[in-house]
Amino acid sequence: MNRATIAAEIDNTAYDPARPTELVLGGETFTSVTDKICGIVEKPRPPRAWYIAITVTGGLTAVLLAAVFHLITTGIGIWGVNSTVGWGWAIVNFVFWVGIGHAGTLISAILFLLRQKWRTSINRFAEAMTIFAVICAGLFPAIHVGRIWLAYWLFPLPNYQGMWPNFRSPLLWDVFAVGTYATVSVLFWYTGMVPDLAALRDRATTRWRQIVYGVFAIGWRGSHRHWHRFEKAYLILAGLATPLVLSVHSVVSFDFAVSNLPGWHTTIFPPYFVAGAVFSGFAMVGTLLVPARQWFGLKNFVTLHHLDNMNKIVLATGSMVGFAYATEFFIAWYSGNPNETFAFVNRAFGPYAWAYWIMVTCNVVSPQLFWFKRIRRSLPAMWIIYIFVNIGMWFERFVITVTSLSRDFLPSSWAYYRPTIFDVLTFAGSVGLFLTLVLLFVRYLPMVAMAEVKTVMPAASVHGGPAHPVGDYHGDIPHGAAPALGQEVRP
Amino acid sequence: MIRDGLWGLLVEFEDPRRLVAACARVRDAGYRRWDAHTPFPIHGMDEAMGLRGTRLPWIILGGGVTGLGAALLMIWWMNAVDYPFVIAGKPLFGLPAAVPVAFELTVLLSAFAAFFGMWLSNGLPRLHHPLFGSERFRRATSDRFFIVIEAADPQFDRARTRTLLESLGGTVVEEVTDEAED
Repeated sequence: MNRATIAAEIDNTAYDPARPTELVLGGETFTSVTDKICGIVEKPRPPRAWYIAITVTGGLTAVLLAAVFHLITTGIGIWGVNSTVGWGWAIVNFVFWVGIGHAGTLISAILFLLRQKWRTSINRFAEAMTIFAVICAGLFPAIHVGRIWLAYWLFPLPNYQGMWPNFRSPLLWDVFAVGTYATVSVLFWYTGMVPDLAALRDRATTRWRQIVYGVFAIGWRGSHRHWHRFEKAYLILAGLATPLVLSVHSVVSFDFAVSNLPGWHTTIFPPYFVAGAVFSGFAMVGTLLVPARQWFGLKNFVTLHHLDNMNKIVLATGSMVGFAYATEFFIAWYSGNPNETFAFVNRAFGPYAWAYWIMVTCNVVSPQLFWFKRIRRSLPAMWIIYIFVNIGMWFERFVITVTSLSRDFLPSSWAYYRPTIFDVLTFAGSVGLFLTLVLLFVRYLPMVAMAEVKTVMPAASVHGGPAHPVGDYHGDIPHGAAPALGQEVRP
Repeated sequence: MIRDGLWGLLVEFEDPRRLVAACARVRDAGYRRWDAHTPFPIHGMDEAMGLRGTRLPWIILGGGVTGLGAALLMIWWMNAVDYPFVIAGKPLFGLPAAVPVAFELTVLLSAFAAFFGMWLSNGLPRLHHPLFGSERFRRATSDRFFIVIEAADPQFDRARTRTLLESLGGTVVEEVTDEAED
């Protein structure tokens, strides 16, 4: 490949139903795919920028540890929560990170079932991001309980007091929903990665790499008898993860919706939260993927076609979120309930109006720019919109959590909530932890699913002609592709 | 029937199309203990190798049913039998409130069944395999396609099997020895 093709972005976003879109550009072969993706991990040292980045994010992670240490030794009084607003940034951050964690499973499971082949280039990265986001999310409920040494009370474990958790509480549903989601996401991610870890093992030149990748590749040798069961298991895991991903943010929204507080007690919450989660998750995938494809030379795999598709999903889910905001307001008025009406008027025009309008600008207005083709295909423009969406979705959770609590039924207990420096440091630290994990991932693990990408390359098609319309790993090939039993074959 | 450490014969292909046609011929020759090794799953191979379905979906269903039953039993026993307490006037056990946790545990145990069931029925994890002794075979996870016939196959005959493999249109035929001889 010459320099010109590296420098220029190839526009493969045009859609021609008569021809399958090329998902891998630049004349890549099976060999070059392995060389390029493994090559990133096999470099003896990462680029200098990686060291700088991990120093910064590692420092932020240290800040997180220090803030959490201070919290545990002192108490949640170091945060800005007060007796009116008992849920502050801890819950906001929890919902924010869980939401981000939705894109990975959506890409890997739902797009898989829908046969969106373009997912193969980005699913590994998105799944990794999901797991790291869920790790950050899980941190906050654990530390916000105050007496963290009693956090095991969340689980149905036999104890000397003869107590069991209350299964009628949405907070306990959350424990199971997030716990299951984290576990299934890890299983799904790891299952898909085993063939690629085996590729790294087989190319390893140092003893250390052979042992580590060898252990994690668990003896995979590409046997078709294994692939046969692997594809079946992968398909079923995708089928299981699909309702799961929809359930997780629904259950998170129950934390609010099952209460009796105006502004929280609405039936629109589950679908609205799920749409918002997918919206924020895609924005975060894009935030990380746009620079990553540049720095690690992945332009032939993560093409403009992929980014264009992602931007369309951001536009669709962003519009759903905007529609949900409008519906909430309509119902607040139409219900005729004065408390409900007040909650929403207060949200948009009360003391937190600034937060509300940041949210609306970032979440409703900015993604509408993706109606324009040129913006959907411009790397700087899309990256800026992703950042806006990240900010807007954090503010959405802030608006929902804080405005309803700060002014409930009893005006004498109204209060304004302000975060303290420890709220800020803990959140900044969680961003540091997230980015540290992402940096370790891009350094030590294959960030594109090589085995899956190879299945969507024209050379993988055993029928000749254009690529087969059936997607990767589905294992549902129609008859006639291979010579039938007993039929004579001559090479 | 391991003779002088010979574990099997492998033939290498560069093109998945040839591999599929070759597999159909090995299948029709009546071999049982053989396999194809590929860097990614190739469509049409199940038919070409004469593979039948797998029991895996039933194992996973078993996991799901176990998760559902265990969750409902746990919730009912913990909240309505062993430690009953009335909160917010709700019934001690009500199905709607049990749905989220029951759903999550159904998915969780199904996923465990899929994950562990798949790896264990594939005979993995496994620390060593005679094929790992072949330098050539290392590309099976990258860009080469292999058919391997084991010496333990009742039909295996060093000369005849070699002739068959050589006639398949592959690039090279190689003997694989079992270093860890028993």
